[in-house]
Amino acid sequence: MSPRVVFPNKILPYLLLAPQLAITLVFFYWPASQALYQSMLREDPFGLSSKFVWFANFRKVLSDPNYLNSVHVTIVFSVATAAVAMSVALLLAVMADKVVRSRGLYRTLMIWPYAVAPAIAGMLWLFLFNPSIGSLAYGLRWLGISWDPLLNGSQAMVLVVAAASWKQISYNFLFFVAGLQAIPKTLIEAAAIDGAGEHKRFWTIVFPLLAPTTFFLLVVNTVYAFFDTFGIIHAVTGGGPGKATETLVYKVYNDGFVNLILGDSAAQSVILMAIVIALTAIQFRYVERKVHYG
Amino acid sequence: MATVDLKDVRKVYPGGVEAVKGVSIAIPDKALCVLVGPSGCGKSTLLRMIAGLETISAGSCAIDGKVVNAIGPTERDIAMVFQNYALYPHMKVYDNMAYGLRNRGTPKDEIDRRVRSTAKTLELEHLLERRPRELSGGQRQRVAMGRAIVRNPKVFLFDEPLSNLDAKLRGQMRVEIKNLQRSLGVTSVYVTHDQLEAMTLADVLVVMNAGLVEQSGAPLDIYEKPASTFVASFIGAPPMNLLPLRSGQFEGAVTLPAVPGNAATLGFRPEDCEVRVEAGGIAADGALRLLARVEGVEPVGAESFLYCQAAGGRIVVRVPGRTELQAGDQLPVFARREKLHFFGSDGKRV
Amino acid sequence: MAEPSTRPPASGHDKLMIGQSAAGIWLAHAVLILGILIVAFPIYYTFVASTHSLQTILRPPLPLLPGDRFVENYWEALFGGVGRIGGVPVGTLLLNTTIVALGIAVGKIIISILSAYAIVFFRFRGRMFFFWLIFITLMLPVEVRILPTYKVMVDLGLIDTYTGLIVPLIASATATLLFRQFFLTIPGELVEAARVDGAGPWRFFKDILLPLSRTNIAALFVILFIYGWTQYLWPLLVTNRNDMNTIVIALKKMISFADADTEWHLVMVTSMLAIVPPILVVVLMQRWFVRGLVETEK
Repeated sequence: MSPRVVFPNKILPYLLLAPQLAITLVFFYWPASQALYQSMLREDPFGLSSKFVWFANFRKVLSDPNYLNSVHVTIVFSVATAAVAMSVALLLAVMADKVVRSRGLYRTLMIWPYAVAPAIAGMLWLFLFNPSIGSLAYGLRWLGISWDPLLNGSQAMVLVVAAASWKQISYNFLFFVAGLQAIPKTLIEAAAIDGAGEHKRFWTIVFPLLAPTTFFLLVVNTVYAFFDTFGIIHAVTGGGPGKATETLVYKVYNDGFVNLILGDSAAQSVILMAIVIALTAIQFRYVERKVHYG
Repeated sequence: MATVDLKDVRKVYPGGVEAVKGVSIAIPDKALCVLVGPSGCGKSTLLRMIAGLETISAGSCAIDGKVVNAIGPTERDIAMVFQNYALYPHMKVYDNMAYGLRNRGTPKDEIDRRVRSTAKTLELEHLLERRPRELSGGQRQRVAMGRAIVRNPKVFLFDEPLSNLDAKLRGQMRVEIKNLQRSLGVTSVYVTHDQLEAMTLADVLVVMNAGLVEQSGAPLDIYEKPASTFVASFIGAPPMNLLPLRSGQFEGAVTLPAVPGNAATLGFRPEDCEVRVEAGGIAADGALRLLARVEGVEPVGAESFLYCQAAGGRIVVRVPGRTELQAGDQLPVFARREKLHFFGSDGKRV
Repeated sequence: MAEPSTRPPASGHDKLMIGQSAAGIWLAHAVLILGILIVAFPIYYTFVASTHSLQTILRPPLPLLPGDRFVENYWEALFGGVGRIGGVPVGTLLLNTTIVALGIAVGKIIISILSAYAIVFFRFRGRMFFFWLIFITLMLPVEVRILPTYKVMVDLGLIDTYTGLIVPLIASATATLLFRQFFLTIPGELVEAARVDGAGPWRFFKDILLPLSRTNIAALFVILFIYGWTQYLWPLLVTNRNDMNTIVIALKKMISFADADTEWHLVMVTSMLAIVPPILVVVLMQRWFVRGLVETEK
């Protein structure tokens, strides 16, 4: 930070910071340190005593086939969600960048899903694809597809990915539109004069120049798919059928609150924490790069 | 090898704004044509229509004898240097220059040969591996030029290419552009709002105003015989002095040569004035003589400019070297008959 | 030196730029309309379902146009007391959700503007330490500390209270960082001028900083209101009583019964009531929303 003019006051700044710090300490640092501590404790089956076991819980979690399944599910879910949400949004943003007429209207209609809670996004898609009342499920059956996401794991995955991507399209769309607008028009014109057709211009000029936005969205979408989609999983599939959609966050919740395996749940929390830290670090590397760009 | 022919070209924007109102220009092969005019006169729009970046609402644009109205910029075989250079920020200088050749399917070794020889001409060889953001303004400008030259197009288009450079560099680049254009012999259209740039570069100078051509021709012809008060005040620095005439007469005590009957404005250039205490030889042969009061003096070294009040208007007088005159002094100003310009009430030369 | 663009804005018309045929523009419109259909369809479908009778919903496919039960269904949901969630009227749920969303938005803005003010405009021992302390909370979302945080809530007796729903969510590194970033752009001369004019820290904050921050606050408010309204995991954890549920949680409880018993028409109505308020906020405050979104993520 640059040296700046400040107010000479010794006590006031602490008072100003107090509310934020109090909440941070009580609800963030204390629980997080507890999670760290508990991740190294193991309770006996009756919950009467616990002993310190160092990294035994982590070893147990990381060798648990259910946990590894959950890692796999999370990766499939995140990659699919980010890929669908980003490519659809990019296509729509590129189209929106071409038109002038009704551009505002398109944007207004495109941002609705952002305001819909993830859990409700899941429910909306469930209404459409619920085997007994969903009109689109009816349509699929009419086409001869045996559709039942409540029994078929892959179909359940398709459903939650659809709901999760649908909700994220708005966000990605707005960022891609902003990113496209930031590309100087003369670059496109120069490329046209340089003999590049529309398609070639997109892939050799526009797409590379959009890379910072794309990379940023990749991180944001990954974080979203990891953490913010808990509501979708919880409301639509409950991790099922047969753990086919049990993501890491859902498993932490399930093991801690439903199955009450505290040590395991805490160890999983700590692993998630490491993932968030890694993603945040990547994101800030990006911010730095963006500052130096151009 | 190409001519550029514009015939009654118009640009009407959706919404009815007419930016170019019927412009016809014939640019001969290998000539450098400069379009000059104030902001909003339509010169950039005209250039962009030649480039194919804007559609042509009416009239025709022909390059090398072929009407190109319906052809996109890609097929027109032109190259353009943009005001902000428009270098591709994610590509190295080499790739910036090679991009157009690659898009046209030029063989790899041919591309390499041409990029390197162009880089040599422009003294860019040591910069080929850099990215645009690592270059200075002047270097970027050269790369933009290189990108245009390497393609060896039929026509070069320049859109205020020097306006982002500082004054010294601008002077250098002006000379360099002129020499390059000569030696390459490529027909060029150059847009600027800087009259000095326009005068020094142009083979054909086109002065534009409000979507129309005010005058076109050789730069010195335009300087010597401006077709209108607009051209008179736009070309030349400081601009031509223009004084209103009332029924062929001046206000105040002056002697005036014979004035054409329909003249409403009298003009003479600051550099065509002489300051003399006594009339001497020139007063007799019908020269303009007026009494001016100095309001300010600007010495610039080799010459000095006197800002004066005379005959109900303001005039600027150039005197060589230093001057002892100061604000408040009264002095007689002379201008020879052949250095006087007369304009009608519509602003046109009479 | 740069000449201002001589081109008037081509508002209301599609630019026919380089290499773009009229057909290309129409294709773009077609793709966008298709996109809008996909984006809007689930919401429209739910609205249509909310205006049909339970019998119609149970016999798919559903008609594509709204039915005639709009008034009855919405009346029943709003005032009938929906049996599935323990006789809590939807009105109560909406009230709870509004309180939570407003509480989180306003609370976050207040505490982050205060701490950003302290960090930028004062020099004191531990300043950078506190800054990092706040910054690191970015890396501690609820999801990674679920159980211990829940235990804190139980110990403090905050289960089933508005305080419990709101306060733990109002500490936010993002908002603090945003305000800090904005404050850093305020020239030091302004502080000097204020001090010369005899304004203390409070007057400076009230008379200069707050008015300058207005658009930032509006932008942040929209984002945070949506954030609060769409919370899921946290309300799920800290509410047991049905009358303390937010509408999102209540909705989940409504559909978690066997299909045959679910009063789908009321579920649809409740869904609409749960998504319309935040959509209205986003659409009506679109200008601030888009700005806030793009800026908070810088």
